[in-house]
Amino acid sequence: MTGMHLESVTRRFGGLIAVNAVDLDLYEGELLGLIGPNGSGKSTLLNMISGRLMPSSGRMALNGEDITREKAPARSRAGIAATFQMVHVPDVLTAEDNVAVAAMYGRKKLNVEPARRVARELLRRVHFSAPLDAPPGALTYFDQKRIELARALATEPDILLLDEWLAGLTPTELNEGIKLIRSLHRDEKLTIVLVEHVMAAIRELCDRVVVLSAGEIVAEGSADDCLSNPKVITVYLGDEDV
Amino acid sequence: MTRRDAVPGLVILAVFAILAPAPLVVDDYVLSVLINIATYTALATAWAFFSGVTRYVSLAASAFFGVGTYSVAVLGEQSYLLALAVAAAIGAVLSLVVGLATLRLKGMYFVIFTFGLSGLIHEVVNWWEFNITETMGRYVFLDIGGDVIYLQLLTAATAITLLWWKRDHGRMGFALGTIGSDETVARQIGIDTTRIKLATFVASSVIMTLVGAILAPRWSYIDPTIAFNPNISFLTVVMALLGGARRYWGPVMGVVPLAVLSDYLSVTVPDYFSIALGACFLAVVFFIPEGIAIRLETAYMRSRQRVRTSLERRRA
Repeated sequence: MTGMHLESVTRRFGGLIAVNAVDLDLYEGELLGLIGPNGSGKSTLLNMISGRLMPSSGRMALNGEDITREKAPARSRAGIAATFQMVHVPDVLTAEDNVAVAAMYGRKKLNVEPARRVARELLRRVHFSAPLDAPPGALTYFDQKRIELARALATEPDILLLDEWLAGLTPTELNEGIKLIRSLHRDEKLTIVLVEHVMAAIRELCDRVVVLSAGEIVAEGSADDCLSNPKVITVYLGDEDV
Repeated sequence: MTRRDAVPGLVILAVFAILAPAPLVVDDYVLSVLINIATYTALATAWAFFSGVTRYVSLAASAFFGVGTYSVAVLGEQSYLLALAVAAAIGAVLSLVVGLATLRLKGMYFVIFTFGLSGLIHEVVNWWEFNITETMGRYVFLDIGGDVIYLQLLTAATAITLLWWKRDHGRMGFALGTIGSDETVARQIGIDTTRIKLATFVASSVIMTLVGAILAPRWSYIDPTIAFNPNISFLTVVMALLGGARRYWGPVMGVVPLAVLSDYLSVTVPDYFSIALGACFLAVVFFIPEGIAIRLETAYMRSRQRVRTSLERRRA
C-alpha cells in the first residue's frame, strides 16, 4: 500500500531548480534511504514532504488524499514528523518540556501533565542520558539529537523523516543510533525516510535506496545495487578523465 | 494545577487587594504617581504578553493607546461605558488586521512596520480632525475622578498579569515559548503558529487600547500629538525590558523604578529630563540586558543550588 505519493514534484529557488520533477512512492512501513552528493536536493525534497517548503509545481498525496498545499502544522497532524539537519532545540524549555510540547500539539493534543508523562517515556525510549530538567544548551550533541528524535515521535507520526540524524556522532554513538532507528522502525511500525551521508548506516538500515543528483533521481534499488551502480559512482566521484 | 502552582495567582490577587484602597489614604500627588505606575504596568505587561514571549518587538503601543484615548474623547459624553466597549472593539479589529498583514514579517521588518503604523494612524486622525470634523483637539469633560481611573487601570494590569500566569500553566504557554525560540520547530510539531500569535497579539492590543481609553478623562484636553505620542511606545518597551519581558512578573519590576525615577527627574532637572532619562535607558541596556526578573531568578536558582550542595556535603 502506498503511504505517500509524489508526482512530478519540483522546487525552484529563483533560477535554480533544486528538485526537478521527482516521482516517488513511499511505501507503508519501509525504511527508505535518500542519498546523493551535497546540493543534490535531498533536504529540499525532505522539506517538501514535511511541509516546511511548498513545491513550485507537482502533486503530493498521503494515503490517497491530496496534501500538496498543506503546510507544516497540518502535515504534522496528518502524521508526518521530521528532525532537522541542524539541531534545533529551544533553550527556554527543559529537555522534558521540549518533547512534551510536541505531545501537546501534534496528533495527541494532550494536557500538560499527560504530555510530560509521554515525554519522559519517549526520552527513556531514545536512551536520553541527562537529567530531564536539564537546559538543552548544557547537553551533549547526541542528547540534543535524542531530544529531536523524541520530539518527532511525540507527535505520534506514521512517517518519520530523519535529515542526517546520524551525522556528527562518534563511532560508538553511531552504532547506538543505528540500533535505535532499527528498533523504532520495527517496534513502532514507522515508515522512515533517512537522508544520510553515512553509507554504513544506509547499508545496514535501508530496504530501498533512492539516489538524487542535481535534483533528479538517478538510481533506485537496494543499497548494494545503488552503491555499485556506475551512474551513482560517477555522481559521487565524477567522470574519468578523458 | 497543583496547590503550589496556584500560589502566584493568589499573590497577584493579594497585591491587587492591598493596592486597590490606596486612594483612600494617599494624597493627590501620590495618587498621580500610582496612576502612572498602574498605566505603565498595564501597558508594559500587555506588551510583553505578546512581544516578550514571541520576540516580535512591537512599537505600536502608542497606536492602540491613542485609539483608546480618542474613542473616549469622541464618544465619552454620550456614554462612557459605550466608549470603552467601542475602544476595545476598534483595538481588536485593528490588531486583527495588522496582525494578519504583518505577523509573517520577522525581526526588523515587524519593528519598523509597527512603528510606521503608529505614525500612520496619528496622521489619519490628524487629517480627519482637520478636514472632516474641523476640530484640532478635543476636551474630555467627564466626571470621573482619579480614584476610579486608578482602580480601572489597576484592574487592567491585574487582569493581564493573571491571564499570563494562567497561560504559563497551559499548552498555550509552551507553544508560545517554542514559537519565541524557533518558529520552524513549532510548526513542525503541529503548532498553528499564525493563529496563536494572532490571538496573543489581539489580547495584548485590546488591553493597550483600554488603558488609553481609561486614562482619557484624566487629561481633559487631547489632540493627536498627545494621544499618539511615540514616547509611550518607547517607554513601554524600555520598562518591560528593564523588568524582564519573558516573565509575567517581570515588566512591573521595570515600571516601578523607571516611573519613580522619571517623576523625580522631571521635578529636579526639568530642563535635562530627556537627557537624564535617555542615559538611564542606555545604562539598562548595558548593565541588565536580560532584565531584572531573569537576573533575580538566576540568583535564586544559584542560591538554592548552593544550599542543596552544602546540605549534601553535611550529610556526607
